[in-house]
Amino acid sequence: MISLFFLTSGLFLGWSLGANNTANVFGSAVGSGMVRFKTAAAITSIFVIIGSVLSGDGTGSTLESLGSVNQLAGAFIVAMAAAVSVYWMTRADIPVSITQSIVGSIVGWNIFSGTVTDLSSLAKILLSWLFSPILAAALSIIIYKMAKFILTHMSIHILKLDYYNRIGFIIVGAFGAYALGANNIAGVMGVFIPSSPFASLKIGSITLSPTDQLFLIGGLSIAAGVISYSGKVIKTVGKGITELTPVGGLVVVSASSLVLFIFASEGLESLLIGAGLPSIPLVPVSSSQAIVGAIVGLALIKGGRVNYRLVGKIGLGWIITPIFAGIFAFISLFVLQNVFSQNVYRQVRFMISPDTVQKLEAEGLYSKGMDSLNSIVFKNGVSFKEALGAAGVPENKTAGIMYFSEFLDIRVNGAELKKKLNPEFLRNEMAEAVIALDGKTFQYKWQFEEALAEQDPIWKIKPESQANKNYNRNLRAKLTFLYGIFSQ
Amino acid sequence: MHLLFRKTDELIQKIDQFINLTREASLHFQKALFFFLDGRLGEFEERLSIITRAESDADALKKDIESRLYAQTLIPESRGDVLQILETMDKITNSTKYIMKGFSIECPEIPENIAAGMKELSVPVDKAVESLVPTVRAYFENIGALKDSMHLVKFYEREADSLSEKIKRDIFALDVYLSNKLQLKDFVSSIDSLADVALNVADHVNIAAVKLIV
Repeated sequence: MISLFFLTSGLFLGWSLGANNTANVFGSAVGSGMVRFKTAAAITSIFVIIGSVLSGDGTGSTLESLGSVNQLAGAFIVAMAAAVSVYWMTRADIPVSITQSIVGSIVGWNIFSGTVTDLSSLAKILLSWLFSPILAAALSIIIYKMAKFILTHMSIHILKLDYYNRIGFIIVGAFGAYALGANNIAGVMGVFIPSSPFASLKIGSITLSPTDQLFLIGGLSIAAGVISYSGKVIKTVGKGITELTPVGGLVVVSASSLVLFIFASEGLESLLIGAGLPSIPLVPVSSSQAIVGAIVGLALIKGGRVNYRLVGKIGLGWIITPIFAGIFAFISLFVLQNVFSQNVYRQVRFMISPDTVQKLEAEGLYSKGMDSLNSIVFKNGVSFKEALGAAGVPENKTAGIMYFSEFLDIRVNGAELKKKLNPEFLRNEMAEAVIALDGKTFQYKWQFEEALAEQDPIWKIKPESQANKNYNRNLRAKLTFLYGIFSQ
Repeated sequence: MHLLFRKTDELIQKIDQFINLTREASLHFQKALFFFLDGRLGEFEERLSIITRAESDADALKKDIESRLYAQTLIPESRGDVLQILETMDKITNSTKYIMKGFSIECPEIPENIAAGMKELSVPVDKAVESLVPTVRAYFENIGALKDSMHLVKFYEREADSLSEKIKRDIFALDVYLSNKLQLKDFVSSIDSLADVALNVADHVNIAAVKLIV
């Protein structure tokens, strides 16, 4: 019961996302009376849930790589700090999103728990925030040009155009809601993935993994926000885009939805990788900022004035929101741990054992200076990283050494796995390889991973490359799931 | 949605009918004027009753279009413009009836040279309305073609203005009572006013079109 209570902050976050962001998707259509609110709310609710459950995984794993919040109480605080930050920033009239606040919160948790923040993931996320409004502006210009070409070269009666606009608003709105769910559900529920309180759930022929269930209830909370409060938000906050013409509104919503989709679609990522093109990182980005980017793009191409104050405010949001959320999360974690005696993180220890030395030597990561660190147990990533730095280990080798030195008690429990098993997530042959190790214990993840790969090569992590990106990400998600079950 | 599409088609037809009625009213107006000036009063009265019917039909159509646009919350962004265009355009049919009623009631005595001038004036006036029709249709159906006909409305309105001025000068050169001169001048002004209304509609269309372009 207490574990379900801890999910409430995520549900609140989802509710506020639904209440605030529907205006981005349907504000123009509902505000102008082209689509009834009830229709918009129904479409948004359905498609946001579909997007969350079917396509939320991609951005979820990016957030997880930034910081894996491994205790439910910690995840509760992280989500709550994000929700409070969004609330305050919205009150200060700064267009922010939960993605910015959740990232700040996670970093706050990382600092509090002594977890090393993955700077490459952080850089990836920050660049995406910068890039997403620019991409939205570019797409907006392209779509506008196309729309103008079509409208000036095809004789469409304005009443028929009105009819097509209505259909367009519904299709684009549904796509926007889908993309919003797919891209933003990770911000709502992503922090709960490593500590999910759910077991696999079988409903008829459908099996829902713990993550699916988290994303489903997250999607439902977004839908609740849409139904209960977004009508008011559309009437007040959503006016920003109702001043556009219907076609302009369609252009803006299409461009911003495409941006959310591009940053969330694993399918598109695979397609790009398959074509030998550089892939776009799967990162939760802000729908509000994408909308503003698209409007700015439209204003630029139409020769209108760009509201640079608004653009400045977005920049301000990028800086203030994560910092505020991070500080707030840190203080709240301190209070919950010390006043309410709750475990807000599970200690992640590091130790260079003789086994690790061998492995590091084999990987070319070991250096003489590290001799002094052997067999010392470091209680968190930060202190271990500092010690590595003091031992003269170059920065580019730290991540690898930390991975091979992460020390945890893994006991393979076949019965527990069967209880939580989702055949869609973990195929039979993969599960059989795990069950074959039943009862065995491991002190390091790499040992467990090697043992699994020996059982079945399907478990072998492939060399890091663009082509193997998706495969490795999926495999790591499965391994994270197993560590959640087997670590003591 | 299918129902909405059917209703949209019906409304498109009604707008078309309205535009057609305006054009027909203008044609009947010219005919009626010629009949009156030629002294064929029976045929003139027939035309007047046709114009009266057209005016009444146009009014009913306009009201129907208005209420449908509101009831179905169609074209919310351009509804005001469309209604203003239709409202101004309706003044053309109203004016044709009002002017011809004037001829019917007052039965003015029109000297030959002035009658000829009036006939001559009716040509650019009718042409202005004729050019307005594709202008308004272009607004609804093909915004790119708007410029093709819009300048013609302006051209014929200017033609009508200069002809009207010439006829008025001729009127005031006549050796008749001032009251007669004023009466004839008013009839010339009212005939000319049809072209002014046509230009007025075209101006509304021009402004509305700017807003309509994406």
